[in-house]
Amino acid sequence: MSVRRSTSPLHAARAAVGCALCAALALPALLFDSPLVLGAVVVAVLATGAAAGAGQALRRALLLALPFVLVIALLNPLITRNGLTVIARLGEAPVLGRLDVTLEALVYGVVLGLRALALILCCALYAAVVDPDEVLRLFRRVSFRSALTATLATRMIPVLQRDGRRMADAQRCRAGTPPSRVALVRAVAAGALDRAVDVAAALEVRGYGTARRPPRVRAPWSRHDLAFAAAALALVALAVGGRMAGAAAFGTYPLLHGSWGAGAWALAAALVAAPLLPFLDRRGVEPRAAALAAAWGRR
Amino acid sequence: MTSLALERLTYRYPAAAAPALDDVTLRIEEGELVVLAGRSGSGKSTLLRLASGLVPHVHGGRVSGEARVAGMDVREHGPGELATVTGSLFQDPETQIVMGTVRNELAFPLENRGESPAAIARGVEEAALALGIAHLLERPTHALSGGELQRVALAAALVGRPQLVLLDEPTSQLDPVAGDELIGLLRRLNEEWGTTILLAEHRLERCLTAADRVIAMADGRIACDADPAGFLAWAHSSAPALETPGARLLATAGLGPPPVGVKQARATLRAAGALPDARRSLHAEQVQNVTHRPALRLRGVWVEPKGEPAILRGVDLSIAPGERVALMGRNGAGKSTLLRHVAGLASPTRGKVQTGGRVALLLQNPNDYLVHERVVEEAPRDALDAVGLSHLADRHPRDLSGGERQRLALAIVLGGGDVEPPALLCLDEPTRGMDRAHKADLAVLLGRLAATGTALLVATHDPEFAAAVADRVVLLADGAPIADGAAADVLAGGWYFATETARILRGAGGALDPDAGAALVRAQLGVAHPPDPRPTEVYRR
Repeated sequence: MSVRRSTSPLHAARAAVGCALCAALALPALLFDSPLVLGAVVVAVLATGAAAGAGQALRRALLLALPFVLVIALLNPLITRNGLTVIARLGEAPVLGRLDVTLEALVYGVVLGLRALALILCCALYAAVVDPDEVLRLFRRVSFRSALTATLATRMIPVLQRDGRRMADAQRCRAGTPPSRVALVRAVAAGALDRAVDVAAALEVRGYGTARRPPRVRAPWSRHDLAFAAAALALVALAVGGRMAGAAAFGTYPLLHGSWGAGAWALAAALVAAPLLPFLDRRGVEPRAAALAAAWGRR
Repeated sequence: MTSLALERLTYRYPAAAAPALDDVTLRIEEGELVVLAGRSGSGKSTLLRLASGLVPHVHGGRVSGEARVAGMDVREHGPGELATVTGSLFQDPETQIVMGTVRNELAFPLENRGESPAAIARGVEEAALALGIAHLLERPTHALSGGELQRVALAAALVGRPQLVLLDEPTSQLDPVAGDELIGLLRRLNEEWGTTILLAEHRLERCLTAADRVIAMADGRIACDADPAGFLAWAHSSAPALETPGARLLATAGLGPPPVGVKQARATLRAAGALPDARRSLHAEQVQNVTHRPALRLRGVWVEPKGEPAILRGVDLSIAPGERVALMGRNGAGKSTLLRHVAGLASPTRGKVQTGGRVALLLQNPNDYLVHERVVEEAPRDALDAVGLSHLADRHPRDLSGGERQRLALAIVLGGGDVEPPALLCLDEPTRGMDRAHKADLAVLLGRLAATGTALLVATHDPEFAAAVADRVVLLADGAPIADGAAADVLAGGWYFATETARILRGAGGALDPDAGAALVRAQLGVAHPPDPRPTEVYRR
């Protein structure tokens, strides 16, 4: 998965703002147990991705995450003994003991699954809309060694993906019986080490080993930077404010209880609307790299 | 000022039995354009890695003697410090690209040097203009072709205006057009900005005209250090595998001095009254296959990826059993895609691919096939015998040389024992990074396979190899064949997709290799017997 450099207001915003928006979208997923709020976060992230032209990347992430989410949702009622409303008695199981499935444990499993889904989608949105080169620049000003590690890791992922595809093709071209999985894994690992040395050598000859603290590029805040920063702040305010005010409160044990009133629905609607409003203004949309270049030229 | 000075330098890789560089003494002065020649494993890449500081700082090993780059001792200064005075470009551009967009890639070395934002902006712009990649600046690096990647990597090496540029076979992945452009660009850098250039290259005919000096290496030692003409004279007597086709042509025809380029060769022939008067037509008579059981038949094959331009556009192609076909064309013309579809790794959007039996495909990187601990575990004994590797059966595949790995990969795809022999063998750029002697060996091996009835389809950028291996050439452009004819017709009639012999003789008589060319020249001169008695193993067909 890698960033698609399309022309959308979110792509035109600086990396720090993009990171802040993704983090702000994840915050309500961490603060609330309400399925309504968690569902709203999932909808908000998917809609934001679609508005930024990254709908396909998020759809892929959704499809990859769904089995994982289902496992969480289905496993919880089997291993949790909490809850008073028994909806199924499955008898005795060897390791797990008596299996009584409760409605509360089932709903809590759904809550956990929705939370995992929301967080995975936030990460996918980050990967699809925030420029990793710019994030690297941000990191380099803070910690050189962390940035070096992050550089190697981010650089290696696409290189190894391509190597893996090539090796898979090569194995399909073999005559006779295909090699064992162990042999393949060993070869992939050896190839990855060789590649890592090559990439590290490339970084060295580009002078990264003796890099100085990079200059701060003081690009003026664009309308998109301001709009998405405001959206991120609004999301944080909604999440923290809503939590403190007890809006959309929800609990599962021992019996299901929660608020489904107008306040909860208003909070969910606001969480969906906040990150989408900045997309209404599409003036001055340009790839972030071009904006940076213009900023460099102005210095 | 001296850009690179080595004094009795010896270097041994960790755990290596023999030194990779052995008692090397050398000085390269500022503003020189020096070509490093030599067979695979002769020490060229190690010398370049030493000058960039990767040896010994990244690779380890033992160094004795002295090595200074722009006055800096290589043992005391690592690659990061040496990067302030050197720019390095290695063979595989994919592992040299570090950032996500071309603009960021070019800015990266300048940022590392702590340049101001204005200096970065200007440096990026100028490097992009110099390399002709300004239109790529906002493109993501993962979406670039191999040729584009190589130019971007070169621009990143040059953006800091290094005093010494080190290049390890930079044209090995480029088509003839892009390769010539790159050499022209290096010459301009050298002439206009006085940049010192040290260039390791196997296809010497491409770069000798630009060189001030040629250093030939053998077994880690300097075997020859002379100007291009002096080098060719040395190569003729001492290292025929390094001789250019043009020099070989004139030497075989009994003419001298050895020509450094096509223009000089033609001047020598003209002065001797031996330049055939020929202007060859671009038209090549299409090969007609009448066989009822072809090894391959493509009918209207289209490959149209979703949301992207078509890669193959209605390709019709038929190959008879035992026929040897070279597939040529620029980077991105669709050669690799065509081979993948022929081998069944992908299905065309429209059209039909019919084969007369099993199709074996040898992809570009032989390392991708190697997954076992011993050579004998990779391929059956009879397949190893067929490629001449049975004596290395107990070695680790990754300990083999580049040429041996290529042959082992060939044995893997050919198979042996109970596996049905392939009706068609496809090879994708099999000579990438190979020296001339290894190419000649491969051509002989492929010729033997074709003699058993296996048809060959070889995608290559190398006209000399195409001439050695193929009797028919298909030229692809933008996903469709634009020429399909006998090798002598297609390769003798082009500017770029033509052998050096054909360019010297302007396609006369359809002569593609030095021996055929020399025979033509001798006929022109009225000389019956070849004056050069040396066997012609390097260019044999």
